[in-house]
Amino acid sequence: MPTRSINPFATASPSPSPSLDALNEKREQPRRTSFTRGNKFTSLFGGNSPRTRSEAAALRDALVAQQQALLDSPSPLQQINSASISLPAINLTTATGEKMPSEQKTLFQPPDPEEARRIARANAQFGPIGSQSHRCTSQAEGEFGDPIEDEPPYYFLLTTYISYLILIVFGHVRDFFGKRFRRQHYSHLKERDGYAPLNSDFDNFYTRRLKIRINDCFSRPTTGVPGRYITLLDRKSSDGNNTFKLLGTTTETLNMSSYNYLGFAQSEGPCADAAEQAIRKYGVTMASPRADAGTSELTVEVEDLIARFVGKPASMVFSMGFVTNATSFSTLVGKGCLMLSDELNHSSIRFGARLSGAMIRMFKHNDMRDLERILREAISQGQPRTHRPWKKILVTVEGLYSMEGTMCNLPALVELKKKYKFNLFVDEAHSIGAVGPRGRGVCDYFGIDPSEVDILMGTLTKSFGANGGYIAADKSIIDKLRTQNAAMLFAESPFPPVLVQIASALRIISGEIVPGQGEERLQRLAFNSRYLRLGLKRLGYIVYGHDDSPIIPVMLYNPAKMPAFSHEMLKRKISVVVVGYPATPLVSSRARFCISAAHTKEDLDRMLAACDEVGDLLQLKFSSGVAGGADPEELAVQWKDCVDEQHVIKPPRWRLEDVIKRGVEDVQYPLR
Amino acid sequence: MDLHEAQSTLVRVFNDANAQFHKMPGSAIILRYIKSSYQNDPVRSAIELFLFLFAVRYMLSPSYSQQKKVKLTEEEIDELVDDWTPEPLVAAPTQLEELENEKRPVIVGPTGPKSKLSNGRTVTNLASYNFYNFVANEILKEKAIQTLRTYGVGPCGPPGFYGTQDVHMKTEADVAAHLGSAACIVYAQSFSTISSVIPSFLKRGDIIVADKAVNFAVRKGIQISRSTVRWYEHNDMEDLERVLQKVTKEQAKKPLTRRFIITEGMFENMGDVVDLPKLVELKLRYKFRIILDETWSYGVLGRTGGGVTEAQNVDAKEVDMIIGSLSGPLCAAGGFCAGSEEVVEHQRISSASYTYSAALPALLSTTASETICMLQEQPEILTALRENVKAMRAQLDPRSDWIKCTSAPENPILILVFKPEVVASKNLSIQEQSQLMQDVVDECLANGVLITRVRTYPHGVGFNARDQGWQPTPGLKVCVTSGLTKKETEKAGIVVRHAVTKIISRRK
Repeated sequence: MPTRSINPFATASPSPSPSLDALNEKREQPRRTSFTRGNKFTSLFGGNSPRTRSEAAALRDALVAQQQALLDSPSPLQQINSASISLPAINLTTATGEKMPSEQKTLFQPPDPEEARRIARANAQFGPIGSQSHRCTSQAEGEFGDPIEDEPPYYFLLTTYISYLILIVFGHVRDFFGKRFRRQHYSHLKERDGYAPLNSDFDNFYTRRLKIRINDCFSRPTTGVPGRYITLLDRKSSDGNNTFKLLGTTTETLNMSSYNYLGFAQSEGPCADAAEQAIRKYGVTMASPRADAGTSELTVEVEDLIARFVGKPASMVFSMGFVTNATSFSTLVGKGCLMLSDELNHSSIRFGARLSGAMIRMFKHNDMRDLERILREAISQGQPRTHRPWKKILVTVEGLYSMEGTMCNLPALVELKKKYKFNLFVDEAHSIGAVGPRGRGVCDYFGIDPSEVDILMGTLTKSFGANGGYIAADKSIIDKLRTQNAAMLFAESPFPPVLVQIASALRIISGEIVPGQGEERLQRLAFNSRYLRLGLKRLGYIVYGHDDSPIIPVMLYNPAKMPAFSHEMLKRKISVVVVGYPATPLVSSRARFCISAAHTKEDLDRMLAACDEVGDLLQLKFSSGVAGGADPEELAVQWKDCVDEQHVIKPPRWRLEDVIKRGVEDVQYPLR
Repeated sequence: MDLHEAQSTLVRVFNDANAQFHKMPGSAIILRYIKSSYQNDPVRSAIELFLFLFAVRYMLSPSYSQQKKVKLTEEEIDELVDDWTPEPLVAAPTQLEELENEKRPVIVGPTGPKSKLSNGRTVTNLASYNFYNFVANEILKEKAIQTLRTYGVGPCGPPGFYGTQDVHMKTEADVAAHLGSAACIVYAQSFSTISSVIPSFLKRGDIIVADKAVNFAVRKGIQISRSTVRWYEHNDMEDLERVLQKVTKEQAKKPLTRRFIITEGMFENMGDVVDLPKLVELKLRYKFRIILDETWSYGVLGRTGGGVTEAQNVDAKEVDMIIGSLSGPLCAAGGFCAGSEEVVEHQRISSASYTYSAALPALLSTTASETICMLQEQPEILTALRENVKAMRAQLDPRSDWIKCTSAPENPILILVFKPEVVASKNLSIQEQSQLMQDVVDECLANGVLITRVRTYPHGVGFNARDQGWQPTPGLKVCVTSGLTKKETEKAGIVVRHAVTKIISRRK
């Protein structure tokens, strides 16, 4: 394995050098005092609730332990720390950082402890690229079709249904006895002295009897930067996941869960430096809605940058991505308008659509034929009952779907738009920054002029490591939004440090500052996404989504495999997201990996190794090979006899070594 | 293939099928049934067959009759598609909207009691919610920078998927302890908090009794929940009681549903304060729950800024849900909902803007914790502000012939509306009042004081003015800050007063 720069999380250092500790102590001092103060008041004002107090105390313990654990954390990667082992210790003992005369004689200059620590911190947030071959361009090639979705053997579908059946039966049996013998546990679902229960018994059943079993896989508390690695606060439940107690220790894990596509979640580097400057100059907030006195020069600057970045005449920023969607549809559509929405659109779009008062119809996910059918019907039949023509039709799709990893079929949508004259709204929450050769979203990916799409919406949370959302469109639309949008009139405006983070991230991507870095991030993201996707396919996993999508869902099917997968991955110090019903259809529970440019090839190999082991352990390798991952010889045969239906596709079950050996080369081709 | 061969094949196929059919489990039962039902009556069998086919067709048909459609050929549809011309996505801007976009102030550099605008002028800023001048506080900035250097800027994920950070949990504990409630949940944005809290508890068929003057976000929350709404006159506890009685009477025979009273602690559009003890008494008598929007009162009212509950000496546990803002007076970001453990945990999985949105940036969360701590430690911060509020009020309310202040005495946001006699004598419509208020704002800005006005609720596309419902009375909004001295505050107050006089007396 190539020697990487030093990483405190990657080294077992039983006795951290005293100077590091001193530094650490100094850094933490002010925060700790604030905690003590806060706690004093906690006990003063919350004296009647001991629970709150103990929680605050546990939190404090956890935070104090966090810094210690940052040094003590067991190694997630068995790597050799060059500074501590292969080099003379004499250089490390210079507590004051003075230059030793002996230093001049060594050929390799080891960094002094402070520098080493800084580099290590930076590398834990953003891994250095291993080789220039670990790059790739994200761009649509050839005909864009739906990804082939593999089906598992019927055995797994059947056992999935049986599992849910057992869970539900067990749940009802427990409820039956529980309601009779442990009444106090059910009191919140019953009528209480004239008040109706807050939750209905029926609605609560799923949470109470199914979700709670795997609650420890969700909402895991974290600390520090959600970069390449993420630090989890360890917790334990002694009452069947009803409540959790923080243990005061932390675990450093490989982060396969955060939406940190371009790796801008960093506490060092140009973005963070700029954000620090912004806090010093502007404070943290504008303390006013945009319409009153909340528009800063920074807001105007970021709006210009975004408009230029996505290729639209004007744009508008919001302080929250959810609200961007939730408030803006009311200005665009209303009574007498029709909204056609992909059935898998995000909750915020549904929220906004419902508020707008427009008629909403869904079409099947990414199914352009279904969309065309509905369009023809809607235009020819007009509004229900009155049969008046629709005032306007707004088709709303997402650029990249967060649960499926699929991209919208923009070329087909643009074709349909020309014929049916509807307006097109593309939510690029996940795709902005994440796809396209220049990271400018789906338009860039497909090489389509952004003017073909009426409204481009996106979030700034994901690729840019900031917070908030934007809408980019023609100037007339943005001007209207500025006067009519509720978030503009009443909600808090975007915050200066966040705005500066966005601005510097955008400038890095477009190469205005730190030339070359933006391109590296984009190409590494594309490489990493394709590399892991191909690797998983070859190992035999069923993977959903398009080749270039940095969201990689792997199918688990059986509900019990969700916690099992999550726990096994956590054991291997990898944090993943598992999703089940109701976020997905009942049978297709899945684990979702979010790839980042901050990951190195070694990280992905570690991930593949873990998936290889866990896949064998949990029987997750059930792909049939239709979706790709076949042997090269097999592939050649397939291409030759593609007309021959009788040809049996061999399920891909590559050995891990072969996957890693062939991966770098093969990602450059379509992932067959 | 000749006929003979075909016939033999047919026979063979038939025999095979027959044999297969007999092998099938249950085939004997079917045969016996057909035989016994035949009863030498082919008509009877035919009817049975017909009934069977009808049943199959019925089962396969869509579950409800769909709306009547006009049958059209493909060519006709193509023609209709060609004919159809949609309206433009947004209507042309009105003159007012154009002016608004032109006039919107852009602040250069930091916001503060004295802010520099993009036209180069430095003005007294009475439009920001920077009541305690926390924006310029160096300690807060240092804390924020420390957090930035430990956590980065964004948490890059929703709270459910590794977005919950220890700092959020600390802020939640801090708010809960400050209010004295059992638990608390922190949202990423204050404005959307209540719009999401309401629909996470209230569904179709539930009952909401709400104040008429509640803010826009509450109204949107109510709209999304699809519950039955009854409005009561603004802050009129007698009217509330009347409505509660009526609802209780109406619902007496029906199954019990969730019932909520939704109101604000300090009203965004009126500035006055709710009578919480009375409200709690009514709630207990009529068995309603309360959702109290403390967005504008948390951090302002009470000895340490604990909101209406602290100011009016009501136990926070008596109020089922307290929604508040960390972004207004506290100068951080985010919103919260405090209540019982059950209330909070339910929101963690079912509140849309919590589960489907990225978490609050850590540096803003620690800033909130820090300001809560400062308010509790140094209540003199609050008293200093109240002195300034008093000074400003003295310049406006009793001394102006045209306007009066509807805000509560402790409210740093002074809402100034025209006196009813002025409206009557000048015969001012709502529209004209809005226009005059905007003129006053412009006049103040020309004299170096930045204030703002109460915004009317935007209405959706295609809705008539008549189904808009309640609209706030046009008014001025003057936000006092302790970042200015008493003298400066009074001076700014005089500017506002003179501007009002100038504008209104210009009008015949």
